[in-house]
Amino acid sequence: MDLVLVNLIDGLVTGLLLFMLSAGLTLIFSMMGVLNFAHASFYMLGAYFAYQISIALGFWMGLLIAPLIVGVIGAGVERYGLRRVHQYGHVPELIFTFGLALLIEELVQFIWGRNQMPYQIPDVLNFTAFAISGNSIPAYKVFMIFISVAIFIGLLYVLTKTRVGMIIQAALSYPRTVEALGHNVPLIFMGVFGVGTALAGVAGVIAGPVLGTFPGMAFVLGSIVFVTIVIGGLGSLWGALVASLLIGWITTFAKSYNIRMEDILNGIGISTPENLSDSMFRDIWAVTSPQIADILPYILMVLILIFRPYGLFGNRDA
Amino acid sequence: MSNPMKENQITTDPSKPAQRMRAGSLRIAALPWVIAGLALLVMPFVFNDNSAITIMNQMAITIIFALAYNMLLGQGGMLSFGHAVYAGVGGFACMHVMASTDFFEMLPLPVLPIFGGLFGMGLAMIVGSFSTRSAGTVFAMISLGVGELIAACSVIIVAFFGGEEGISGDRTYGMPFFGIEFLHQIEVYYLIAFWLMVSALLMYLFSRTPIGRMANAVRDNPERAEFLGYSSRWVRYYSFIFSGFFAGIAGGLFAINYEIVTEENLNTASSGVILLVTFLGGVGFFFGPIIGAIAFTLLQTVLSLQTDLWAFYAGVLFLATVMFFPGGLAGLLMMHVPAIKMGRASKLVVPYITTLIPALIGILGLSALVEMTFHVRHSSVGDEEMTVFWTTFDSHDILPWAVAIGVTVVAFAVMRMMLPTLRAAWADANATKANTSNGGAA
Amino acid sequence: MTTAALELRNLQKSFGKTEIIRGVNLAVGKSERHAIIGPNGAGKSTLFNLITGRFPQTAGEVLLHGQNLAGKAPFEINRMGLSRSFQITNIFPKMSVFENVRCSLLWSMGYKYNFWSMVGRSRALTEGAEQILEQINLTNRRDLPAGTLSYAEQRALEIGITIAGGADVIMLDEPTAGMSHSETDYIVELIRTVTEGKTLIMVEHDMGVVFGLADRISVLVYGELIATGRPEDVRGDPKVQEAYLGAALEAEH
Repeated sequence: MDLVLVNLIDGLVTGLLLFMLSAGLTLIFSMMGVLNFAHASFYMLGAYFAYQISIALGFWMGLLIAPLIVGVIGAGVERYGLRRVHQYGHVPELIFTFGLALLIEELVQFIWGRNQMPYQIPDVLNFTAFAISGNSIPAYKVFMIFISVAIFIGLLYVLTKTRVGMIIQAALSYPRTVEALGHNVPLIFMGVFGVGTALAGVAGVIAGPVLGTFPGMAFVLGSIVFVTIVIGGLGSLWGALVASLLIGWITTFAKSYNIRMEDILNGIGISTPENLSDSMFRDIWAVTSPQIADILPYILMVLILIFRPYGLFGNRDA
Repeated sequence: MSNPMKENQITTDPSKPAQRMRAGSLRIAALPWVIAGLALLVMPFVFNDNSAITIMNQMAITIIFALAYNMLLGQGGMLSFGHAVYAGVGGFACMHVMASTDFFEMLPLPVLPIFGGLFGMGLAMIVGSFSTRSAGTVFAMISLGVGELIAACSVIIVAFFGGEEGISGDRTYGMPFFGIEFLHQIEVYYLIAFWLMVSALLMYLFSRTPIGRMANAVRDNPERAEFLGYSSRWVRYYSFIFSGFFAGIAGGLFAINYEIVTEENLNTASSGVILLVTFLGGVGFFFGPIIGAIAFTLLQTVLSLQTDLWAFYAGVLFLATVMFFPGGLAGLLMMHVPAIKMGRASKLVVPYITTLIPALIGILGLSALVEMTFHVRHSSVGDEEMTVFWTTFDSHDILPWAVAIGVTVVAFAVMRMMLPTLRAAWADANATKANTSNGGAA
Repeated sequence: MTTAALELRNLQKSFGKTEIIRGVNLAVGKSERHAIIGPNGAGKSTLFNLITGRFPQTAGEVLLHGQNLAGKAPFEINRMGLSRSFQITNIFPKMSVFENVRCSLLWSMGYKYNFWSMVGRSRALTEGAEQILEQINLTNRRDLPAGTLSYAEQRALEIGITIAGGADVIMLDEPTAGMSHSETDYIVELIRTVTEGKTLIMVEHDMGVVFGLADRISVLVYGELIATGRPEDVRGDPKVQEAYLGAALEAEH
């Protein structure tokens, strides 16, 4: 039972981290109709910038400044890149962001090299917050939860309670009408793109010390983020939240409980073949849940798309 | 459904101009194929050392794969981020056939790629059954997810994928094919060249069949296509499985050529490369991916020998293509067709030379700066000597930087000065039919 | 009694609580040219989309040659002999004009999902497409990408695509929307010739356009048909005067 609690907390941390990325991604998608393939690259940039800043000014300045720089870069990408490609249609837009992801990874390698950066948890947070029957929960995890929840509440507040939020929501569905009412829709687009990428930047800043700051970090998390918003339903903020938490928990639990495929198959009444070592399917029998934890989100996505093509909360076609 | 119009549509009038035109275009259409076939035959005599043949083999395999990919992207409007999977699985399948010695001894090697094709097609049939429901973003995401899934499976299902080291085989154990055992690269070259011709021709002919035409229609406007009696989903599905087949052929040839297939043949990086190749060549024309594959392979071979930053340059090139030349190389070439038809292309030659030479110098200068920055940042302490463009100098010295910056700035300034002349010449060369240049690039 | 080409039985559609179509009954006979007119917001396009299966209806039935269309996908409806155009021009913009028409012939000529014969080799296809190009006066635009045609030409092409499949029930959604007088006359004339011997159902905003063309006219106001009959009768109908022309007069004053 205690282990369950520990896993719940760990899964929550992963899920909320995913959500910080998927929230921005899904907002950008519902507004511009383009899935930003490079979204996780901005997350990586956040981690690298924060590392560079933390050397000179410390972790907290990094947390403050790095997302701002990332947001400005994001807005610049929208203004000078995406807006240009937009005229060619959706597929070139998607290809553009894909190319951007490749380029940012190369650029990061160009500047910082291929090795992992020694980006560390700040000393202030480097202690054990509390322990659950011998399993210690680091304070940094609590801090991550705190930051993500604060951002989510802030985002919800801005979107639903402020004038800017109302204009954004209206611009999502009726860009022309909003434009006719005298609002600068391209500016709103640029702003949302900037904020979305800045959110990814924040995620990078706080995840960098835990998950590692290396050139492949964007790709590792990136494809999971896409899976998340597809499962949640493209364009749905609530869907992104639910799917993020779901994936966070599923992967965490799969990693911590060693469930073997053989046990499952035996459990549903299929007996182990006698000459297993000769069977073509011997590897399937030997599979364990920690082994497939990282691909469970993909399996989940495929299943969801077969039975609910628009995702859990999606209501419109892409 | 009875069709009252059918009868009066079949009335034939051979004197109609369209009839003659069609006959003419058939003859013209055959010519490039004959030339391509002859070129493939004589290439090994022109470039006869082993490394050249290795490059040509790689090129030919990439062409088949890129053409297969373009059946989806260019003709069907489906953007896949995981197409390497179909080629990879085809390759693995062929490797297993090679490994089952009893069967392989009765099988001539040239037939082997068919197994790759069938396996690629089989996988595409399964995946396509749910992924082709829509084009666009959802399709792209499913392709990515499935690609990741299968690539990840390669470490888990070791019996088929061989784990991290992949599986390898020996092509020479096959039944000799008219006495040829495929020990030499050149024999493999002709095997691949044969399959290149066959696959390219079949893919070209596919685009001329009713379903191939409808693939274009569904790409342009799926809703309208539904009101012509076609299910968009089925049309996409057919394109998808045929694309899977030819991707599998390419994978089979890869297995024959390299005698090893690994997880790298399946992963997203490989899928990204084929997208890059296809887009660089141009998705709007059948021959686009062919140009793309040739250009990309050459560039890769040359650049990767010269610099560690090759992937960086490829990324820049790719992004520049998407932003400024969405038609790719083929689109750039075809833009000139109206001017050539009007006999005014010669007007462009001098402005091109005066603009592109400074542009080229500027790009080289820029890349020198990139190399120097990289060297300053990453070379080990004390190692300050570097070589760029056959010149060796101290990368921490001020002079080389001044020279590189100077050359770059001047070259780009000259190019800017020349641009108006080029624009004027372009307008002049396309003067009367200005509107068709747009059409040509579409 | 022979079955009607198209029959609507108590057709209803609501979006949320708003009833857009409130029980429409209509039978259109074979080879009849029928126009549905009505003021803006009467639900014409919704009715159109209900018939062609683009939206599911809330209640009621649509019968094509006596067969119920409920739950049928657009391509299935098309195969049963109904073809439609769209209010917003809906062609294949990157394909040539000829290719546009040829594609619309494929299914009706029995090619289905054929991947073994060359379309260029089929004389019937080429001739058929060329014949249609001639009918819609676009022969000299044959090889241009359809997206580069003028607006009126694109509308003509769309009508060509709609009739090419050989469907015997043709539905046109405001074919003359956004056109000048001379363009309108050209398109109306075109519709008259290409729908010879077929059932035509067209939705129009402007009564003048359909007056010489339609055999019968139905007037749709607020989701209900208030009159159906020959053009002269409908024009004289006081209810129509009041609801339709009255609204127009009101707008003018």
